[in-house]
Parts: sequence; C-alpha cells; structure tokens
Amino acid sequence: MRTLTEGSLHSTTLDDRNSNSAGSNITGANITLGKPIPHDSARQHVTGTARYVDDIPEPKGTLYAAVIGSHIAKGRLRSTDFSQVLKAPEFVELLTLKDVPGHTDIGPVFPGDPVLTDDVIRYAGQPIALVAATTEKAARQAALLAKIEYDAEVPNLNAEVALSQQHLLRPSHRMQIGDCETALSSAPIQLAASLQVGGQEHLYLEGQVSMAVPGEDGEMMIFTSSQHPTEVQKLVAEVLNIPFNKVTVDMRRMGGGFGGKETQAAPWACLAALMAVKTGLPVKLRLPRKEDMLMTGKRHPFVNRYHIGCDQQGQIIAADIEVIGNGGHSPDLTDAIVDRAMFHADNAYCLPHADIRGHRVATDTVSHTAFRGFGGPQGMLIIERAMDDIARRLGCDPLDIRKRNLYRKDRDLTPYHQQVDYQPLQQLIDELEKTSEYRARRQAITQWNQQSRVLKRGLALTPVKFGISFTLQHLNQAGALVHIYTDGSIQLNHGGTEMGQGLHTKVSQVVASTLGIDLQRVRVTATRTDKVPNTSPTAASSGSDLNGKAAENAALTLKQRLAEFLAEQKSVDVAAIRFMDNRVWWSEEDSIAFTELVQQAYLARISLSTTGFYRTPKIWYDREKAQGRPFFYFATGAAVSEVLVDTLTGEYRLLRTDILHDVGRSLNPAIDIGQIEGGFIQGMGWLTTEELVWNSDGQLLSNSPATYKIPAISDTPPVFNVKLFDQANTEETIYHSKAVGEPPLMLAISVWSALRDAISSLSHYRISPDLDTPATPERVLMAIEKLQADLRLTK
Amino acid sequence: MQFMLNQTPVTLEEYAPDTTLLEFLRTEVVQRGTKEGCASGDCGACTVVVAEPDGDQLRYRSINSCITYLGAVDGCQVITVEGLSSSSEALHPAQQVMVDHHASQCGFCTPGFVMSLFAMMHQPAKLTSEEYIYQALGGNLCRCTGYRPIIDAAKALILSPQSTEQTDEFAKRETQLVNTLRQWQADKDASALTLKGKNSSFFASPRSMNELLSLLNEHPDARLVAGSTDLALETTQQLRTLPKLVFTGHVAEMRQIEDRADVLQIGAAVTYSEAESQLVQAFPAVSNLLHRLGSLQVRNQGTLGGNIANASPIGDMPPVLLALDARLRIRNAHDVTEIPIHEFFTGYRQTCLTTGSVIESIILPKLGEKSFLRIYKLSKRLDDDISAVCLALHLTLDGTRILDARLGLGGMAAIPARAYQAEASLIGKDFIPEELHEAQMALADEFSPLSDVRASAEYRMKSVQNLLLRAALEYQSNQSLEVMHYAHLD
Repeated sequence: MRTLTEGSLHSTTLDDRNSNSAGSNITGANITLGKPIPHDSARQHVTGTARYVDDIPEPKGTLYAAVIGSHIAKGRLRSTDFSQVLKAPEFVELLTLKDVPGHTDIGPVFPGDPVLTDDVIRYAGQPIALVAATTEKAARQAALLAKIEYDAEVPNLNAEVALSQQHLLRPSHRMQIGDCETALSSAPIQLAASLQVGGQEHLYLEGQVSMAVPGEDGEMMIFTSSQHPTEVQKLVAEVLNIPFNKVTVDMRRMGGGFGGKETQAAPWACLAALMAVKTGLPVKLRLPRKEDMLMTGKRHPFVNRYHIGCDQQGQIIAADIEVIGNGGHSPDLTDAIVDRAMFHADNAYCLPHADIRGHRVATDTVSHTAFRGFGGPQGMLIIERAMDDIARRLGCDPLDIRKRNLYRKDRDLTPYHQQVDYQPLQQLIDELEKTSEYRARRQAITQWNQQSRVLKRGLALTPVKFGISFTLQHLNQAGALVHIYTDGSIQLNHGGTEMGQGLHTKVSQVVASTLGIDLQRVRVTATRTDKVPNTSPTAASSGSDLNGKAAENAALTLKQRLAEFLAEQKSVDVAAIRFMDNRVWWSEEDSIAFTELVQQAYLARISLSTTGFYRTPKIWYDREKAQGRPFFYFATGAAVSEVLVDTLTGEYRLLRTDILHDVGRSLNPAIDIGQIEGGFIQGMGWLTTEELVWNSDGQLLSNSPATYKIPAISDTPPVFNVKLFDQANTEETIYHSKAVGEPPLMLAISVWSALRDAISSLSHYRISPDLDTPATPERVLMAIEKLQADLRLTK
Repeated sequence: MQFMLNQTPVTLEEYAPDTTLLEFLRTEVVQRGTKEGCASGDCGACTVVVAEPDGDQLRYRSINSCITYLGAVDGCQVITVEGLSSSSEALHPAQQVMVDHHASQCGFCTPGFVMSLFAMMHQPAKLTSEEYIYQALGGNLCRCTGYRPIIDAAKALILSPQSTEQTDEFAKRETQLVNTLRQWQADKDASALTLKGKNSSFFASPRSMNELLSLLNEHPDARLVAGSTDLALETTQQLRTLPKLVFTGHVAEMRQIEDRADVLQIGAAVTYSEAESQLVQAFPAVSNLLHRLGSLQVRNQGTLGGNIANASPIGDMPPVLLALDARLRIRNAHDVTEIPIHEFFTGYRQTCLTTGSVIESIILPKLGEKSFLRIYKLSKRLDDDISAVCLALHLTLDGTRILDARLGLGGMAAIPARAYQAEASLIGKDFIPEELHEAQMALADEFSPLSDVRASAEYRMKSVQNLLLRAALEYQSNQSLEVMHYAHLD
C-alpha cells in the first residue's frame, strides 16, 4: 500500500501553477496550495473535541423529541390514540399536523413531502406525530405508546410495475442524437440486456439531528447537520409561517453527508422548530439509527435496459437506452437524479446515434434522494455492462472495446449535444494500463483460471467521465464573507458545508495563498445563513469549485484595497505590490508586515471586510430540445481491479486496485487522495455488500448496520495504488483544479466488472453473465449457477 | 460501584441499573468525545478502553460502550478519548498517527478508531502484527476514508520505535493504578449491590456460583448479564427497562479455563478474547471463525456461555460446539448436570435451561488424531457480520474413509442443528468429491432454511451443499480454497 508523501503526489511547481492562475500572483514560502495540508479539524477529530450537533451543550430546559412513525407502508390512518403517550413519565408535549402554523408540505423542489401526516400513509416510517420529553430516552419510550390504527393497502415496490401503470413522479425525459432507430436496425451486431441496480443507504456515521432554540420576537436558531442550511432556513420559516430573516441556521460540521443530508436533514429541523414554538423551549431531535434508516431516503434503485448496435470491431453505432429511476413516494430530487443518470448513460463513450429515455417512477417507499454521484453511477453502470457484453460477443478483451469507444476527435458529441472538447482519458488509460501491468496480468489470470477448478480471478479496467455542474443552473453560484481583523487574523465564511471532505481546508488554502499569509491565520467558522445568504447545497462535487472561487474573489477584493492603500503611501504603481511570506512588498527589497499594513489600513478607514461571489460560466441546457452544455467540464479517471471468486459459494475478495484519477491541479493532494480512496470504497460497497431489502409489506428489513453491511477494514484491497493524473483543468476553475467529491465513486464499477470477468471465465469468456447489483456472494453464486446451466444447454 | 474514568475516580450507588456506559458518558458526565453511531455495537464509534488488573499489570480491552452496562465496569479503569492527550499541545501517539496519515475526514468515527488503536498499542507484543491491525480495527466503521490511511496510521504506530512506557501516561501510571484498583477490590463490601435504582431495581455482581444462585433464587425474574452484546439491544433498540440485572463477569467458577488432556473446559463467562489462545491451540480451525465472530470489541465482552444461552439460530459458536459434541455443565441450587449440546436447543430462541439454572461451563472434547475439522462461515461482509450460513464439519478419517461424521449447521433451521441424515450418509464413504452427492441430497431432505435479509433459502441450501464439496477438495489438495486466504498479497 502506498504511503502519502508530498513529493510523490504532486510534482507541479508553483511556477507552473502561477502561469495558469487567473488574476493571481501567488508566490512565497508560505503557499499551501497544492500541498497535503491536514484537514483543518484533524486535531479536534482525534481528540474528540470536534463538536457535532448532539455534542453542543444544550441550553437549560432543552426538551428531547421523538418521532411517531407509521407502521404500514401504504394506506390511511383510521384512528390515532395518544392517551398513553400523554401519561408517559417525563412527557411534556405532543405535536401533530394541526399544530403546524405554516406550510405543511416541505417538498424541497416539488410538493409531496408532508412534514407530518394525519391522513394518507405513503411509506413505512412516515412521521405522524412528535413527542417531547425531558430526556431523550423518555421521549422515545413515550413515542412507543401511541396506538394507531390503519386501513392498510397493498404497497407496490416494483419500479417496472409502477412504470407499466404510469405511476410517474415527474414526466419522462428523452435525449436524442442522430437517427437511432435506423442506425440500430442496420447495425451488423446487436445486443440487448437489462440490469437491476440496487439503491444505497448513506450510513453517515452521525445520524440526522437538529436542535431548535427559540429566540426573542419569534426568532428561531437552528443547529443542524445539513448540506443545505439555506433550504433548512427556508423550510423552517415556511412551516412556522415567519419571514426567512427570523431563522438562522448554524452548521459547523457533519459526521458525513454523502447526499443524505442535502434535502433530508430539513424535516427534523422543521419538526424540532415546530415543537420549540409550541413549547417555547429549545428542542433537540436526533433520530436513532434504525429510524434514520427507516425514515430517510436512499440512493435510487434503477432498472436499466440497453439495445445497442455496433460494428465487427465493437465500435458502437447506435444505442437505445432506457433508465427507470425508483423515486419512492415523492419527487424530492428525483427529476434531477434521473436526468443525471441519462447524462451519464454514455459514460466515456461516444454513442453516435442515441435515444436515451429516463423515467421517474413512484413506489410506496421512503422518498429516495441524493447520494454521491446523484444518478450518474446508476446510469453509467448500464453502458459499462454493454462494454463487457460486446467484448464477450466478439471475443475481445473488454479493455480494447472500451478504448475503441472512447470520445475522441470527430467522435466527440454527447447524446445531449455537448462537445467533449478535452479528452484526457485515452492518455490516462494508457498510463494506467502500463502502471497496473494490465496486459501481463490479463494473460496470467487467464492461464491461472484454466488450472484452478474452484477459485477464479477476474480483472477489469473501467473509466469514469463525470459532468461537473449542478444541472439545475441557478444552483451554480456561491458567496463568501471574509473579515480581516486588526491582529492580522482572518475569519472566513462561505456557503459551503463541511462534511469531512476537507472543503474548509481547501478554501482556507485559497484565501491564505491569495493574501500571501500563513494558513494558521485563516479561521473558517460554521456555515451560517446570517453570514452568507441564499446558498446552494454543498453537493454535485461543487464545493471547492464554487466556494473556492467566491472566497478567492473576496480575498482579491481585500487584497486590492490593501494594495491600493500601500501603493498610494509608497507612491508606487499598484501593480508592483506583492503579497507573500506574511508581508506586503512594494519593491524587491521593501516590505511591510501584513498585520502592520492591516492596522494602518484600519486607521486610514479602509474597509477590511468584504463578500465574494461566483457563478459558473458557459453552462446552459435547453430541456425542451434536450440539448446544451449542462457541464462546465468533465472530471475523469480510471481504475483496474482484480478479484478472486469462489465458484462454490460466491464469496470473493478484492485483491488489488490501481487508480489514476484526474483532479486537475490538486488544491490539496492528501485530501483529494482521501476523496478518491473513500469514494472508491463507498462505491464498492454500493455494488457488492450493501443490500437494501424490503419485504412485500414495504418494510425495510436491512434497517441497521447489523443487517446492512458497508465496507469494513478488511474490504480495502491489500494492494491499493492511487495516483493523481497531473494535468491542469483547461477551464478557468479555482487554480485549475477539478471537482473530486463524486467522480471516484464510479471507479468501483471496475470491481463489479471484474466479478463478471471472473464468472465469465467459466465459459472461457464466451458468455457475459447477468449480475444485478449489489453483487452479494449470493448473486455471484446464482450468476455462476445460471451461466453453468446455460453452458450445459449449449453443449 | 467505583471505577476510574481516565484518571478520575467515580463512585456511584444509586443509578438506573440498565444505564449504558455510553449514556452515562454523554448525558451524566457530559463527555461527548465518545460518539453514538448505532447504539447496537455494530459501528465502533463509541469504542472506549477498559483496563483491569491482571497480575501486576493492567489488561486493556476495547469495548463498545453503547452495549455495555455501567455496572460491568465496576472496579475498572475506563479510558475515553478525553483522557488520551495529556496536554493540549501533545497528542497521544494513537492520535498523532491519525493526524499524520490524514486518517480522519468527517471525524465522527475517529475517536472510536483512536481508542481501538490505543487498545492495540497496549496489547502484549505478540499481538502487534500487521495482521492484528485488521482484527483491532475490524469493529470500527468509517464511511469516508476507505480505511487505507487508517491502516497506514496503524502500521506506523506498530513500527514506532518508542515503547508505550516512553510515550504514554497510562503505561507510566500502570503500577500505581493496579494498586488502587486492587485496594478498591479489597475494601469492597462483597454483599453490596453494584448499583441500586428506583423501585428496587439493581445491578448485582456476584463473586461466586453460590452468590449467583441465591440471587437468582431470590429474584427469578432477574436477567443474567454476561457480555451484554445482545441483551443490551433490549435496552438500546427496544427501549425496555431491565430492572434486575445479575452480572456473571465476576463469578469465579464461570471464569475459569481448564485445559485437560482430553477436554478443554471453558467457563461460561469467559470472553472469546480470553479463551482464544487455548481454543485455537486445541482447535486450529476455530481461528478463522473467531476472527470473524462479531468484532474485537464484541469478542472482548461476549462469552461462549452467552452465545449458547442466547440460542440464536445464527450464533457463530453453536455449530462448532455441535460438531465437536460439546457438553454443557448446568448448575442450579440443587445439583449440577452435564448435557450434550445437541439436546440444549429446543426451539427458536428456546433452550432446556430452566429458571434458576445457569450454564457454568462448556466442555469441549479435544480432536483425535484422525479428526478433520473445517468451519465455514458465509456472510455478505468478512468483518463483523452475522452468518447467512455456518457449517462446522467434523470427520474422523482413516485415509479418505469416513469413520465418523458430525455436522453442525447455523442459519439452516430455527435452531443450530446437527445434520444427522447427512452424517449417516457420509459414514463409511470416501471423503472425495465423487461420493458427496448422497450427503448433499440428505441436507436438502433434512433442512428447509428460510429466506431473510441475509440470504435466500436457495442460496443457503446450495452453498451449504457446496461447502461439503469444498471441504473434500481441500482435504484432497491439502490447500485452502477460502478466498480470504488469498487476499493478502505481498
């Protein structure tokens, strides 16, 4: 396994960086950009002093709330009897729908999410009422005493049934290029297959939690664990029927988010706030793990199908692809998620004639939501399946089929008509193919498999091309607020939230480097709606791109003010002023300490505080035509994985993974490597051991970490080589870096593809096995059994 | 009760007896560095370290504080993340390596990892191998990092040239603390309850079998607490109030291991970790299973007796005990009896144990020269998962001829069960792939497993049949066919 060292990670010199940096002249010994700076909370993490919402000392008199949820998945409430709840020890208050003074629907984009229900039940666990007591345990015990009767109906959990009955959350969408039907019908080789893609529970280690503290004159302070403080502010204000300016949301850090706290943190904040208003006391609502798993949405399960035509060399001529996203009971973010699945149904491959249709179906489960990749992974999986299937049909190595189909010059238009104008993947894959010794290992594995009766090895290289930008255009904006104090220290605030991804560290690096000062002088404070308003969620991998630029713009404004002030004092041209090494230089020899300049500027009545703003350029999408440039740029990478499969039990191990991933110019290689490794393993969990199981009554059976298995330490491959592909982003992003949050998750498709490779070896690579995800040992064994039965049939 | 919370003595008399250690830390003393991730012992975010005297030293073990009752740490030192750094400047080595290797992202699981690393540092030298890292940290889930930097941090800690004595305040104060804890023990009123709660609720820690039996006689409704790794879920998941708890962890007769020529006798309250070395010495095939039984935190608390009395159809050890034809020594106020384990389980979560009786010890006959023992556990995840299927296969072989066969199965029926028909069809045959068909059919005849969240009935049956074949192939080739043996390449 590799050890992280500064030198091996990043060989870019500062000069390289400067030559590419817009509007910046960054030099000096204290420059931290591009260096593996530890997470800004690392010391607090390891000492247990990093404070999460549940760790904040509660104000005196704080009440604890517990949710009374539905026991059935579908139907109506017949009667509710809370009499025993009211008599429970330490009980204080009960909140039902009639106590909500404002909006009762808290759907984030489209309506459909009642904050509490008094009538229709749409999923098992749906909140019906809220109990408050003087202790958390008492509240939860009281909640168990509710007697609720239902008129139950039979739930539907099947996406294909929902589609056939046209139970759609939103209208279907279609992207077309060329003449798919004609091209497909005349293609010499045609293949068709379908794939069930499982969902995924976020299992952030810190569950959903909010604390609402009422203030004077109807004000409400919310401490929450949310990727979207502004939306929490808006929804709390709306349910309370008060103006937004009376609600302040404070979000210091999350114990993991992964998309699960983008929209789904808000309900608990709203409920806590409603109870706080009803009782006049602070209220904390923290979901126990099981309720968190029952009551919050997951990654969307999908059913995908393809019908593809290619030539004798395996180059795709036409692709008809259908993706069906199972959104659960309400729209939530499903529209954008299915769109993103469609935007990634091509992954890195040109589909010259394509017809891609995406459906958003309603089923009777919790409302599925954002999860790292946001539909992209589910869409990508179908075309990766096709690559392997084509290779088996033609008797080729799947890597050759993948390389043959990559976007390249003259084959560079996506099905949504965005030109892929920067194409590093060919080079990146070539490099990875060499460093991972793909060809030699392929040969060795094929031979080994011939001699091994029970155990089979599998190998696969899969690429990722992931579009960066919110596809909802207005979200591509960010704000920052920077204060310089007279001791030379800086307080930085921006609209992004910290969920472990190191966003605050990166943005601090940007500000410190812009001002030529030590990182230690910059302090990032909690994300607060009263500091930077109207923010976008920290999602879509956009955190550093958007907030880094906004913070840089703020820092540049302050830098300009200080430079002008100093230039005037020293009678030099403002262009001659340089900021480095905690000093400000007006010539090669003459400088003033940064702090001293700040103090002088203060006395001269120069404002030392400013906001910064950024919006992503170039992007647009015409949804009517299904054409445009939805993405500012693409992040790319590739992974090679090798697995070992026991054909008697379906058990397997991941033996080795090599990754080469493109983060542009890395802002912080340690953090970027962390995102890549962590994303890969999380993606591997999604595709292998993490199985969501509902019974036919619509009850989630995999409702605890005892029954839902995310990767543990032995699942990390014993050989795990991760490298950054060192090329600057050709677009004007912050220091020409690239977004890194989501793309690496999809590198894990290589594990799934390697499992299929190992199974296929049983047919001497002639049959391409069906392998729905997650590919649990059971699914692997059943795929083996089916393949062997097919082999017997053909004999 | 008295315990040392880091370096501060805590004395409690009246306190709700079913309070968990985590609840006490977070709500009573408001030390919130220790996190609640699941409250079911499945994630390790709440990991703390318990130290107790063992000779003139302290023995350190990581535990899940969310499923540990407060009374169980009576007389111990409880070490939490708050106690680790001696000053705000100097981090403990277990913390420093995590910073140095970028091993925290969101940070919520980090205190738990730090405590598991701390416990690892304090294990006897023979345990601090790279392989042990995976055991030490197998019960700590991290959703952010993918573990690579944590593994590197742990390796760095092991390779650190400095000894614990040089870097660690706890090691320096060990002798002094041993004396303090022993003094507390000596001063203790043996008849006193560990904790007294409202409405005559209590947590009692009897020191002898006689004390235990008279408590059970007086309080037939009391619940026995062994490792509490399952019982505590009634508190944290079902929110039940458990007013009367009797802890077996200090009952001398249940805490002994006797290694005799023909049998290994293990006290019912001996933890897996305590029994491991002798179990593995007598039954090497148990090693792999033990390392996958719960997590280290669970094995540091969980007991063989608890796993049996709990009577779960998916407990890991009962299939092994069935295959070994173990006997249970059962004691009540009147007499002591020995019964074979296959008579113990009477129905789903039911046993023949009557009120007022306890399992005192488990007697495992040692393997003969011709014994062939294989234990296979199938689950979705390698670390800390519950069996979909467990097969323990114990054959007596003369060459390839099967002289005797005992198959213990988990996950195949409402109880851990012997596969008598399959056994009968194996005896007298050769242990080769070609002669297994009848036994495989017998399994299908004898068992109708369920489909549940862990596996389908079809998978359970197919895989257990195939596991017979795997065992025969392994015997034939004298090579392991388990994929996990190949997952550590160099």
